[in-house]
Amino acid sequence: MTFQVIVFYSFAAWVVFSALMVITSKNSVKAALFLVLTFASASVIWLLLEAEFLALSLIVVYVGAVMVLLLFVVMMMDIDYAALRQGFVKKLPFAIAASLAFFALLYFFITHGEFSAVHFAQPEAKSADYSNIKELGRVMYTDYVIAFETAAVILLVAIISAIALTFRGRKHRKAQVISKQLAANKRNRLKIVSMDAVVEEPVSQVNDVEEEGEDK
Amino acid sequence: MADSVNYSIISSEIFLLIALCVIMLVDLFQRDKERKLTFMLTQGSLLTLFIMGVQDLGVQETIGFSGHWIQDQFAVVLKLAIYLTAFISLLYARPFIRERNLMRGEYYLLTLFSILGMMIMVSANSLLVVYLGLELLSLSLYALVALQRDSNDASEAAVKYFVMGGLASGFLLYGISLVYGMTGSILIDEVANYIAVSGANLMIQFGLVFIVVGISFKFGAAPFHMWLPDIYHGSPSSITAYISSVPKIAAFGMAFRVLESSFGGADIHWTPMIMIVAMLSVIVGNIVALIQTNLKRMLSYSAIAHIGYFLLGLSIGTDEAYAASMFYIIVYALMTLAGFGIIIFMSSDKNDYQQISDLRGMGRYHPWYALMFTIIMISMAGIPPLIGFWPKLEIFRLLVINDHVLAAVVAIAFSVVGLVYYLKVVKEMYFTEATDSPNVSNSRSLKIAISVNCLLLVIFGLMPDRIYYYCLSAFTSLN
Amino acid sequence: MSDVDFVDWAMTLIWILVKIVLIILPLVLAVAYATYAERKLIGYMQLRLGPNRVGPKGWLQPIADTVKLIMKEIVVPQGSSKVLFIIAPILFIGPSFAAWAVVPFDAGLVLADINLGLLYILAMTSIGVYGVIIAGWASNSKYAFLGAMRSAAQIVSYELAMGFALVGVLMCSQSTNLGDIVTSQSGGILSWYWLPLFPLLVVYWISGVAETNRAPFDMAEGESEIVAGFHVEYGGMAFSLFFLAEYANMILISFLTAIMFFGGWLSPFEGLGVLEEWTAWIPGTIWLLIKASWFLFMLFWLRATFPRFRYDQIMRLGWKIFIPVTLVWLPVVAIIIKAGWLD
Repeated sequence: MTFQVIVFYSFAAWVVFSALMVITSKNSVKAALFLVLTFASASVIWLLLEAEFLALSLIVVYVGAVMVLLLFVVMMMDIDYAALRQGFVKKLPFAIAASLAFFALLYFFITHGEFSAVHFAQPEAKSADYSNIKELGRVMYTDYVIAFETAAVILLVAIISAIALTFRGRKHRKAQVISKQLAANKRNRLKIVSMDAVVEEPVSQVNDVEEEGEDK
Repeated sequence: MADSVNYSIISSEIFLLIALCVIMLVDLFQRDKERKLTFMLTQGSLLTLFIMGVQDLGVQETIGFSGHWIQDQFAVVLKLAIYLTAFISLLYARPFIRERNLMRGEYYLLTLFSILGMMIMVSANSLLVVYLGLELLSLSLYALVALQRDSNDASEAAVKYFVMGGLASGFLLYGISLVYGMTGSILIDEVANYIAVSGANLMIQFGLVFIVVGISFKFGAAPFHMWLPDIYHGSPSSITAYISSVPKIAAFGMAFRVLESSFGGADIHWTPMIMIVAMLSVIVGNIVALIQTNLKRMLSYSAIAHIGYFLLGLSIGTDEAYAASMFYIIVYALMTLAGFGIIIFMSSDKNDYQQISDLRGMGRYHPWYALMFTIIMISMAGIPPLIGFWPKLEIFRLLVINDHVLAAVVAIAFSVVGLVYYLKVVKEMYFTEATDSPNVSNSRSLKIAISVNCLLLVIFGLMPDRIYYYCLSAFTSLN
Repeated sequence: MSDVDFVDWAMTLIWILVKIVLIILPLVLAVAYATYAERKLIGYMQLRLGPNRVGPKGWLQPIADTVKLIMKEIVVPQGSSKVLFIIAPILFIGPSFAAWAVVPFDAGLVLADINLGLLYILAMTSIGVYGVIIAGWASNSKYAFLGAMRSAAQIVSYELAMGFALVGVLMCSQSTNLGDIVTSQSGGILSWYWLPLFPLLVVYWISGVAETNRAPFDMAEGESEIVAGFHVEYGGMAFSLFFLAEYANMILISFLTAIMFFGGWLSPFEGLGVLEEWTAWIPGTIWLLIKASWFLFMLFWLRATFPRFRYDQIMRLGWKIFIPVTLVWLPVVAIIIKAGWLD
């Protein structure tokens, strides 16, 4: 038993545990946090598979950005957890049976048949200076350049359509225009008018005050 | 060389992408509510693409980009058809979207993006690139359908389209992944090689089922057609005209690349499936169209029937039959555009006129356009002097030659059924009494567009061999 | 498994632990005196004296603060999620310490000399946001929640600009190993990356300030609007963990800026003949510390100078200015590299 094996099993256990907690925890925020834990543990397993770049980008992209936004939404939702959990116990046997069956199926395919491990040679371990990024970049920008660029165009379409479908223009919004604020100067804000001093005739104030007092 | 980066074979796609970026930026800084400049640039780039495509006609088959990209006569002809139909659809769209707050730069941008997706689909030489092209197309179409944000129908249609499209992509991708798992390659050539060497085993057949289902979903062929009428009905008419015509051409390209180019060696496994789907579509489409009172829905079901006829050609599995299918799909795109052109033409003010009964009095008050509509309907029904007749004839002929007599008989019988509902529209225009003049468009460009489109149907009908020649040339060059 | 193996393992483990302590201990001390330095500096900038009561010239002030914080009770608010409430500060400080694993202090003087150091740093700084979010949510308080929301939006937005800026560094150095990034800059002050990557340096530095939630980007705390933001409910050691992590992050950002744009441990007098000879005895670590201290000083200076940004201004700066600037500069960097102007 090598160190890698220990690391693999402990983090695999974490993946399974946290994945289970994702679907069983009472609170959706906690479920989302367990999903984060699942990603983090899965990324350690990818590290063991020498896919460092994928492992770290899983953390940066999924843990660091996607899940944060998901949490954002989940935290602001008002969910009736009791209603969500109704029928949990009743459906539990079916769920367990289904997952066991699926597990058996997967196990069968891993050990038997066309996709079983015996058909595939064990990949060779790469040397320490082997760079994931270089290799990925080379493949992406040479062999798969069309697929890669098409995917980029798809993302561009996604951005454009998201904006087209939601952005309704700045109609009734009071936004500040910073360039305008900076361009403001004394001349167009303040107007100094020269005018003659107006002297008002003195009025007898005593009477006014008395009348007001009576009104009240 | 297969793995050299050869920009000449992808020049039109590069041109379109650059044009798109330019149009996007130009549109951003445009104050014009009518978006005239965006429109002109869009149509201009389509015209340029068309000219570039014509130059490419008769090109040698070239594979590049590590085998992911192919340029051949097949792709060039399909692309030309795509440019032409997209050009016409945008002509139709302009007066329609002007009335409906849809006159936004994104309309043209998304259309161009979907055209880019279609170009990628027909030129792809690997399953991955086919799929990505399809997603590019679909994503743009979802957004186009939803572009009319304040319309409940359009939003509903967009959500349905999105869910159904996602499902179909899922099927397709799952099938592709199984095939990839077996063959170890996503390159179409290598999949074909694998099948030629080791034959189609159970796993590949399994994958094929999913691929066929995915493709049928995308075509809207029965029994996977249920999304289609709702979406065609709910979308703004100009977008319906677009999504019901142009993408089908690309879908044919995809079907051919995936089914024939990759699984040509295993065609005994997928042609029967396609045959069943095709027959079901012919039957369902024609029968259900009979009882529709809404012209848009009727045209949707007729679209299902047309897809059925077209798939029949695909299911025969000979080069001649593929050429006939290609001929059919191009002609179908032209006819469908004209068909939905009617609806756009009828509802060019704020209201939507979609009922067949809205056409009442056309014969009396607008005899020229009534004639045009009659031409469209008769062409769709497949009556001789018009273009709609020839591809149908060709497909029936090939069915009989290739020992599918029963299928031919059923298809012909339902073609006659189809005649009933097409003629119902004609009857409504000429023989139902009307007191009022029906609403028609005042837009001169629309009038010209619909007249030209209909006259094209007649002219091509008189000399169908021009298009068919190019379709045949696409396949003779393949072998 | 044989015994020898086990002894080997244990030795490695202990050696790594010793190294960790050697990094963390000075770091914590540096944090303590960074707070002192900050208070003094800002005091002088605002014509005040700053802390000057505990010990000579107030030098013992950080110690006194620490003792006070340790003695205080941690109050868990009613209706809060207790486990998450406790975990949050740990989740905040963990990544900010972990990131130090790949920081090179001198040639070869680094805890973990891994290939993907740059990406590792990015990953660690992006995990830190969970501490803030969880703290805000678990506190069951409106202010804390608002602070967490602001902080999450801010960190996610600025991470993009930061990542893009790092791509420029990566392109120039052809490596993601921080040590290699430094050595690829050798050749004097003009071959450090601040020159070819100047816009990226500005973007990185300001994004770094935003990432650490420092003034003028301290939206998440915003004393004048939402009291203390995400850690309003925290007291005692739990609060001090947040505090510690924030300052550790500040120091980290200063170090990283020095490493990636200002030649890390390299002497600024490289290739300057006599000057290089005279200063050759100075160890690289000192140079790195001097550079990093300058950036740390800049952080305090920023805080003393600028008023706080408004939320929409921060978002505008991040999305509409920084990301386009970096996107424009990356092709420029590509041209610079292709044209061979870097060599």
